[in-house]
Amino acid sequence: MSNMRSLSFDAIIIGGGGSGLRAALELAKSGKKTAVLSKVFPTRSHTVSAQGGITCAIASADPNDDWRWHMYDTVKGGDYIADQDAAEYMCSEGPKAVFELEHMGLPFSRFDNGRIYQRPFGGQSKNFGTGGQAARTCAAADRTGHALLHTLYQNNLKNNTTFLNEWYAIDLVKNANGDVVGCIAMDIETGEVVHVKSKATVLATGGSGRIYASTTNALINTGDGIGMALRAGFPMQDMEMWQFHPTGIYGAGVLVTEGCRGEGGYLVNKDGERFMERYAPNAKDLAGRDVVARSMVMEILEGRGCGEHGDHVYLKLDHLGEEVLGKRLPGIVELSKTFAHADPAKEPIPVVPTCHYMMGGVPTNVHGQAIMTDADGKDSIVGGLYACGEAACVSVHGANRLGGNSLLDLVVFGRAAGIFIESALNEGVDYLEASESDVDAAMKRVTRWNESQGGESVPALRAELQGIMQNSFGVFREEENMQKGVGQLAELRSRIANAHLPDKSGAFNTARVEALELDNLMEVAEATAIAALERKESRGAHCRYDYPDRDDVNWLKHSLYFPADKKVGKRDVNFAPKTVDMFEPKVRTY
Amino acid sequence: MLQVSIYRYNPETDSAPYMQEFQVDTQGRDLMVLNVLELIKEGDSTMAYRRSCREGVCGSDGMNMNGKNGLACITPLSEVVKNGKLTLRPLPGLPVIRDLVVDMGLFYKQYERIQPYLQNDEPAPAIERLQSPEDRDKLDGLYECILCACCSTACPSFWWNPDKFVGPAGLLQAYRFLADSRDTATRERLSELEDPFSVFRCRGIMNCVAVCPKGLNPTRAIGKIREMLLANAT
Repeated sequence: MSNMRSLSFDAIIIGGGGSGLRAALELAKSGKKTAVLSKVFPTRSHTVSAQGGITCAIASADPNDDWRWHMYDTVKGGDYIADQDAAEYMCSEGPKAVFELEHMGLPFSRFDNGRIYQRPFGGQSKNFGTGGQAARTCAAADRTGHALLHTLYQNNLKNNTTFLNEWYAIDLVKNANGDVVGCIAMDIETGEVVHVKSKATVLATGGSGRIYASTTNALINTGDGIGMALRAGFPMQDMEMWQFHPTGIYGAGVLVTEGCRGEGGYLVNKDGERFMERYAPNAKDLAGRDVVARSMVMEILEGRGCGEHGDHVYLKLDHLGEEVLGKRLPGIVELSKTFAHADPAKEPIPVVPTCHYMMGGVPTNVHGQAIMTDADGKDSIVGGLYACGEAACVSVHGANRLGGNSLLDLVVFGRAAGIFIESALNEGVDYLEASESDVDAAMKRVTRWNESQGGESVPALRAELQGIMQNSFGVFREEENMQKGVGQLAELRSRIANAHLPDKSGAFNTARVEALELDNLMEVAEATAIAALERKESRGAHCRYDYPDRDDVNWLKHSLYFPADKKVGKRDVNFAPKTVDMFEPKVRTY
Repeated sequence: MLQVSIYRYNPETDSAPYMQEFQVDTQGRDLMVLNVLELIKEGDSTMAYRRSCREGVCGSDGMNMNGKNGLACITPLSEVVKNGKLTLRPLPGLPVIRDLVVDMGLFYKQYERIQPYLQNDEPAPAIERLQSPEDRDKLDGLYECILCACCSTACPSFWWNPDKFVGPAGLLQAYRFLADSRDTATRERLSELEDPFSVFRCRGIMNCVAVCPKGLNPTRAIGKIREMLLANAT
């Protein structure tokens, strides 16, 4: 390790998706020595796949729209374990962040008056749920994530951000005081492992949908930041909360935007019945995603599924006409033709609930600072560590994220982290330097893989992990099956610890990257499984046959998973927004 | 059995690239080319290629399949396999790092050269800048580029002058900003492009149009830039 090269930055941002690029942009403008370290060229990050839009009360579709209505929807959508101070911050700061994106060049679709086009999305209402459906999702056709990510990358180019593209962060480096002072990372092109020192380390590594066999997520979504933080001993919050998107294309898992239903599409069962009218008489197909996904599974389980095996339902769009489809949903038409062999102008798209989004993650405050909890349940800040975007749990999504809120989360909290880090650096940050043994500790796992002589193969183990998660921690869950899953994962962990990396070469060794990713999938899967077993209620995306009701007495709380002893604790939800009255938990209906 | 022939090169062990043959059992399914690569990698972990979204929007897995550039993740075998054979090579014209992975440096450099970001010297309003739907429509067919490099690496003019000719991808983005009613740097953008190489090396071969996996038309955009340059010159 003594001959290992090192690089030094004021701030290092791990991940080049929406939140990472937004944080980087803020820091690059401030003149701080910043680098974005991304395992893929930034525009290949998963933000690029976001389709329908960014939800925000910019009062374009409705001049009377109000960020407080958006906040209400967000809190209700999260089944009341979203932190209300964070939801308040996101919804009130949102318009500023969206207008900034437009000023940077994001090619939003437009209304006739020249303002940004907004479409209805699920769980949206006017006047705190009493004024009917709102249209609050700002869109660039159905390619909003692509437009947003490219715009942010372009503006980082403009501001001369330093990029370490195709570099893979392996593990965090902690000093003797437990502060995070950088990471160990590999230049994928050469295989060189480098010690990257930094006063602020931002985990912007996105989600981890690849723990499931069927997911809308990109192949790169392996929870690298979560894995790194867990191995460094930091807790994870609400990891049992995984969103299953109602409309993944059957068989392929590819996402079809909720915007399809926002534009007037709807779901039908094998009898052609618009079944959401039964489950959510008011919002129908635009109820919360958890509600729609469960309703679809009920239809399938009760024998009203479509197709030869009755294992999916149909999304009907043909009545919208080719003009609307071409103008508002051109990407969906392409995806449907490619992956479902169905032209939505003529026939419905076969869809099934598919793992889509991780509501949980690194617990943070609104500044992106990572939070630890001591034995008395008191919060403390982790020195040097930040998180934003899907990797973070700030928590604005609670137990179920609303459509269009992820892109808003990215830009608002990426920006907030950038602003805070700039001021923290200005005030002066002085952490103890990492010792040789601190660095060695972070090198342990890559060294293990590099020295492996035999053992099972990475792809086989990965497939097994994905199967366990799919079978035991899906849309509906129950004790016995989850116990079984937790046991299988424990056994899998020991096999992964002895797995084999046959290719020891340096140059663009993607087998090594996949091996390192597998460790992270394992961490995320286990945190998810143990937290899911512990939360003995049904709330938002976490739905148990054996505990079908929400339990506000015991579980109006965040779960907190501690990796050292694999125990789950609880953390208080914030009910103290600064400028509005808090929203009391109510029965959640749509 | 599908007969797959793949370009292999590992700089640490191979003195020269070579083609390696694989037999893949597709079980009669019409897989995407990316799925075939995944099956091969399960048996031979040394196989290197890029991939991310697996749905044709991130632009990672551009490669040359039976002689034509495209994205492996959205190219079904039924579209590309001829006589039961599939030959995969890296995108042509760029240096190979390993196997199907090319060094995209020159491609990105040409993209950066056109200043691919909105420039507007007027103070921004408190809300968004207004843009009519008609003006916004002018960006359709331009902003959707995913930087996969299928077009530029299919372009003989780019092969010949990758350092001086911006190439179809870069020029498509150059026009995306020239066409944006919110951008005020038209004159500066054009003056950066008026030399004999940057734009005018395009010979209208239209390989870019033939291969673009997003159905975009760089040749048309280049034509528009030419018109603007000529109008600017008179």
